[in-house]
Amino acid sequence: MRDEVFFRMREIDKIYPLEGEDVHALKKVSLDLDEGEYLSVLGPSGSGKSTLMNIIGCLDTPTSGEYVLRGREVGDLEEEELAALRNREIGFIFQNSQLLPRLTARKNVELPLVYAGIRPRERKVRAEAMLERVGLKDRMDHLPSQLSGGQQQRVAIARAMVGNPSILLADEPTGALDQKTGAQIMELFQELNDEKRTVIMITHDMKIASHARRVVHIIDGELSEDPQWGESPQTVPQSRQASSAVQSRADRDCGELSEGGEPHG
Amino acid sequence: MGKALSKKIVMLRESVAMALDNIRSNKVRSFLTLLGIMIGVMAVITLITTVSGVSGTISSSFSSMGVGTLTVSITGSDLKTGVTPEDLNVISALELVDGVVPTVSLNGRVSYGRNVQTGKTVSGKNSYYFVQNPDMILQGRSLNFIDDDNRSYVCVVSQAIVDEFFLGINPIGETLYISGLPFTVVGRYEEDSGGGVASIFSGSADILIPYTTAMQVNNSDEVTSFTVYLTAGADSSAAQEEIEDAMDKLFDYEEDCFTVSSMETIEDTMTTMTTMMSSLLAGIASIALLVGGIGIMNMMLTTVTERTAEIGLKKALGAVPGQIQAQFLLESFLLSMIGGLLGVVFGLGLSLILCQVLGTSFVFNASAVILGVGFSAAVGVIFGWAPARKASRLNPIDALRAV
Repeated sequence: MRDEVFFRMREIDKIYPLEGEDVHALKKVSLDLDEGEYLSVLGPSGSGKSTLMNIIGCLDTPTSGEYVLRGREVGDLEEEELAALRNREIGFIFQNSQLLPRLTARKNVELPLVYAGIRPRERKVRAEAMLERVGLKDRMDHLPSQLSGGQQQRVAIARAMVGNPSILLADEPTGALDQKTGAQIMELFQELNDEKRTVIMITHDMKIASHARRVVHIIDGELSEDPQWGESPQTVPQSRQASSAVQSRADRDCGELSEGGEPHG
Repeated sequence: MGKALSKKIVMLRESVAMALDNIRSNKVRSFLTLLGIMIGVMAVITLITTVSGVSGTISSSFSSMGVGTLTVSITGSDLKTGVTPEDLNVISALELVDGVVPTVSLNGRVSYGRNVQTGKTVSGKNSYYFVQNPDMILQGRSLNFIDDDNRSYVCVVSQAIVDEFFLGINPIGETLYISGLPFTVVGRYEEDSGGGVASIFSGSADILIPYTTAMQVNNSDEVTSFTVYLTAGADSSAAQEEIEDAMDKLFDYEEDCFTVSSMETIEDTMTTMTTMMSSLLAGIASIALLVGGIGIMNMMLTTVTERTAEIGLKKALGAVPGQIQAQFLLESFLLSMIGGLLGVVFGLGLSLILCQVLGTSFVFNASAVILGVGFSAAVGVIFGWAPARKASRLNPIDALRAV
């Protein structure tokens, strides 16, 4: 990919101004990602993982810090440019698939291509190919209400992939599914990653997160690499640090992934 | 450049399809909303078309009465309440006057055998009236000067009277009772313009009798209204002056005993009146359109709130604010246009019926249709603007959370 930066976050802060006190949702978050990685962001509710997802997904911009996606500095972009970037580079998968109820599976999958200005004939061909890929060849003209929860989520995954984005960004993709269906969806993610698609999964579920090849924890707006899944095939620029939830307060105030430091006593 | 344009066309097609789908998906609500616009446009079209039909009929009956006539109406003084047949001869003899036709109205209770009808217009005219309308008589003879002089109890009847009293009978020679007095039918004539509203202005009547006879029936020896026919090519205002001078002399120069008016001035007054009336009515009708617009705005605001999650999702998938705004604006525009077009159809239908009832001619009024359609388009855009803008400005994060 030439020498443009694929994904780089440096000292991202996100502060929500509220009455009385500001809410510091993200604190000096830094993260690098190579193409083809499979990353889980693991954190409890209120940890700032949704905020992080919104920033990764270009739905929101950081208060300060640098976020480069495919060589573009996201913080500098206007609303229209952000929309175009989302359309090209991000494939969203939400907890409750978020399909438009009056559109067939195929029409739902076509939607990102509509906003990319692709002609109807090509849209149809690409949407059908994607639905076939997720195993819904015979369900293309069904409405979401005529599909099971697992099938709906597959449609959502097909929709996320149809524009061939840089990153598949999944927010609790199995949250609304039973265990068996959830496992099938996780299998699908694994297959997609094997096909060299970059996947970022946001979850609070350790078991779900463990499917990824690399896991980062987010607690109180701070990000830390988990050493258990440290053997990621890519070389991450900064060394991963053995941080965990028991990390000291002082360390956490430092915020970012500290470079090779030991936890302070 | 061409690519950007084709992208816009692709988007527009998609937006129209989505908007129609959304309108369809909520049939009852959409219908009730567009009903407001429909009624407004229908009212505008009906009022404008009907009023212009009426005024068109009026002015055509005026022009059928012809230029070159003046109408004299007499209010009279304490001493003299009208003009006598001798006075009319004075007016007839004026240089610029060809002849006069007095009009004496009777309240018509008309009977033939056991058939009794009220509310018929019976009008007394003189023989000169038939000189001016030579093709009027279809059967029998017209009223002549002998009838005028002798105060004959004869009448000519319209086709409508023949249909009512003499179905299957030759009316000529039959005796018709008018206000209890026997009249011999001597002729039958065709009315020029259907009756109804037009007859009020054209002065057409169901039955014509000699004016001298009518005066006798009324127990009066004076005429209060007559029409003056000018000589060919006579200047209308010069003739008016001549007649006014003669009338002044007849009324001993007392003030305000009569008015002389030309058809042109009456027609001008009528036109001004109908124009004013139609713009007033259209103004009232456009209030209905305004209310319809508020209905659209209300529905669109509800729709935006209901579809917050959809808006959030579309933004996440790459829709720019302009596309979201266009989608909602298009929806309110199409909704209003559908209402407007239905309003045009029903409005034209209703005015067609009204024209039949009023007996006026139906004139397709293109400007009323353009006004109605244009108004509804404008209402859709104006009242859809704020809701569409609200939708386009929704923060996608908040919108996605609203599930």
